[in-house]
Amino acid sequence: MQLSREDLLLAYRRMRRIRDFEDRVHIEFAAGEMPGFVHLYAGEEASAVGVCMNLTDEDMISSTHRGHGHCLAKDTDVNGMMLELYGRKDGICGGKGGSMHIADLSKGMMGANGIVGGGPPLICGAALTAKTLGTGNVAVAFTGDGGSNQGTTFEAMNFAAVLKLPVIFVFENNGYAETTASHWSVACKDIVNRAQAFGMPGISVEGTDFFAVWDAAREAVARARAGGGPTLMEVKVPRFYGHFEGDAETYRAEGEVAALKRDHDCLKIFRRRVVEAGLLSDADLDLVDAEVGDEIEASVMLAKSSPMPGPEDLLTDVYVRY
Amino acid sequence: MPKKTFKQALNEAHFHEMRRDPRVIVMGEDISGGIGASGEMDAWGGSEGVTKGLYTEFGEARVVDTPLSESAIIGAAVGAATTGLRPVADLMFADFLGVCFDQIFNQAAKFRYMFGGKAVTPVVIRAMIGAGFRTAAQHSQCLYPIFTHIPGLKVVIPSNPYDAKGLLIQAIRDDDPVIFLEHKLLYGVTGEVPDGPYAIPFGEAKVLRDGGDVTIVALALMVQVAMDAAELLSKRGIEATVIDPRTTSPLDLDTIVESVEETGHLVIVDESSPRCNIATDIAAQVADVAFHALKGPIKMVTPPHTPVPFSPALEDLYLPSAEKVAQAVEISLRSRRGAA
Ligand SMILES: Cc1ncc(C[n+]2csc(CCOP(=O)(O)OP(=O)(O)O)c2C)c(N)n1
Repeated sequence: MQLSREDLLLAYRRMRRIRDFEDRVHIEFAAGEMPGFVHLYAGEEASAVGVCMNLTDEDMISSTHRGHGHCLAKDTDVNGMMLELYGRKDGICGGKGGSMHIADLSKGMMGANGIVGGGPPLICGAALTAKTLGTGNVAVAFTGDGGSNQGTTFEAMNFAAVLKLPVIFVFENNGYAETTASHWSVACKDIVNRAQAFGMPGISVEGTDFFAVWDAAREAVARARAGGGPTLMEVKVPRFYGHFEGDAETYRAEGEVAALKRDHDCLKIFRRRVVEAGLLSDADLDLVDAEVGDEIEASVMLAKSSPMPGPEDLLTDVYVRY
Repeated sequence: MPKKTFKQALNEAHFHEMRRDPRVIVMGEDISGGIGASGEMDAWGGSEGVTKGLYTEFGEARVVDTPLSESAIIGAAVGAATTGLRPVADLMFADFLGVCFDQIFNQAAKFRYMFGGKAVTPVVIRAMIGAGFRTAAQHSQCLYPIFTHIPGLKVVIPSNPYDAKGLLIQAIRDDDPVIFLEHKLLYGVTGEVPDGPYAIPFGEAKVLRDGGDVTIVALALMVQVAMDAAELLSKRGIEATVIDPRTTSPLDLDTIVESVEETGHLVIVDESSPRCNIATDIAAQVADVAFHALKGPIKMVTPPHTPVPFSPALEDLYLPSAEKVAQAVEISLRSRRGAA
C-alpha cells in the first residue's frame, strides 16, 4: 500500500493541527489563561502521525504526559481537547482530567498519563484483549526515553514478548527526561538495543521524517496483526518547548532550540519532500494551514466561553453509579 | 529571627546535615538537574528547587541524579541506608510512590522488626502532596494515611517553614525510614527560621492557638485553613484551640486528648480522602480513650470521596475551606450531648 494524495493531505493536516494546537496552548498558558500542568509535543508530530496513520479507531494507543499529539494523531476532537485543557464541563473528560489525562476510548486513545511508565503495562492489556477475542487489533505504547528506564516498561516488554502480544513499543527519544539527558540515563545509549534482550525486532527511525516513521510502523503493525508479536521502535525527535510550560530550560545550550526549529522541523521537511516530488503543491498545503488555523482559533474561542462544571459534577464518575 | 520560605528552610536543613555528616547523600530524578545536557549543571535542584546548590558544594558522589526509575531509586536508597549511608531520596510527587511501593512497605518498613532489631534503615523519602495546584488526579493526592498505616515507617508532614527545617533535620538524623511529605502550596510560605541547625522531635504536636470551646486538629496546608476558621469563629464568640500533630506516626495523641478534655469538642481537618484517613484515625482514638470528655459529636472536614478533579471550578469545591470548618464546629457545639 502506498500513501494516496488523500493520505498525504490527512497526514499533513494532523501534523499541522498538532503544531498549531501546541503553539497556541503555549501562548494561552503564558498569558495565564490556562490552568494546570501542560507538557507540549511540538516538534514530535511526525512520530505520532506516522505511527497512527497505520492504525484504526479499534487499535489502542497509550500515551505519556506529553499526550496532545497522540490524541490528535488518533483524531480526537479538537474542541473537546481544548475545552478539557480549560477545565470546562464539556471537555472531553468533563474537565476532570485536564492536559495530563486526556483520553478518548472511542478513537482508541487510552489516555495521556501522569505516571511515567504507566502506559506500557496497560497497553499489554489492550493487546491481550485483542488476542483473546481474536479481533486482529494492535496496541501501541508511546513512551519517552526517560520512561524507557522504568521497571514497568521492562516488565511490559518481556510480558508482551513471552505472550506474543500484538504490541508496538514506540520510544520517542527527544534527548531529555525533564532536565536529564537520555545519552546519560539510558545505559545502552540507544534504546533500540534493548529490543534484542527481549527477543523482539527493533528499529531506529529518524523522527523528523514522516515517511520513515510511517514505513517502520507499517511493518511493525503488519507483523503484530499477523500474530508475529511485539516490536520496539525508537524514534529520534526534537522537543521544541521546555519540559513543561513555564520551564526556564537552563539545562539546554544556548541556541539549541532555535537550531532544532531551523533544521529539524518535521512539517517543513514533509512539505519540501512532497512538493519536490510533485505529490502535493504549496497551494494544497497552504489551504490546510489556513483551515487548521481557523479550527484552532475557533476551539480557543469556544473553550473560553464554555461553562465550568458545577457542584453537581464533583461527585459523579467515581464509580459506575454513584 | 530571619524570615525564610518553606523551600529555603528545607534547603538549609540539607546543607546543615550534609556538612555535618559525610554519610548523608541526596538522590532522585533531576535532583541537581541537567546531567548530561549541554546547559547548566545544578539547573533544577529537584523539581521544586529544594536541593539547589547541593551539587555545587558536595559534587556528584553525594548529590546523585538518577535515571527515571523509582523502584531502583527507593530500593537503592533503602539498601544504602541499611549498609551505612543516610540517603535522602526525592520522589517528586507523592503519587509516584505508587511505582515503588514494595520497596517502601515490604522492605524499608520491615527490616528492623524482621531482623530482630539488628538493622537500621535511616532513609528519608521526600515527596510532594496536596491539591490546589490544578495538577489533577495523579499529581495531587495526600497519601499520608497509607504510610501511617504501615508499622515501621515514620510519617512527617510539616505545615510551616520553622517546623519544616527542624523536622527534616530530625528525619535525616533518625535511624528509621521516614516519609517526609511537603504540601506543594506551602513552598512559598514564609516564616521565622533560625540560621543554625535544630531538630524537632517526632511525636510532639504543636499547639498553635489556645481556646476553650473546641479543639481543631489539622495538618499541612489545612493548618492554615483551621487557623482561618478559628479567626472566623472568634468573631462569632467561639474560641478554638488549633493543634498540628506534625507527625502522624508517631502520633501525639496525648496533646489532643488533653485539649479535648478541656473543650469537649473535636473537629479534625484532613485533606486526604475521607475513608480510613487521619481524621477517622484520630476520631476513633479519641473516642476510645476520652469518650467521657466529649460533649458533642466529633466532626471531620475532608474532601469528598473522589479523586482530585482537574477543573479549577471543581478543585476549589473539593478542598476543605475555613467556612466548612467553622460550620463543622458550630454543628458540634449545637448538638451537645444531653442537650434538649
Ligand atoms: C512515575 C513518575 N516519575 C516521575 C514523574 C515526573 N516526570 C514527568 S515527565 C518526566 C520525564 C519523562 O521523560 P521522557 O519519558 O523522556 O518523556 P518526555 O518528557 O521527554 O516526553 C518525569 C521525570 C512522573 N510523572 N511519573
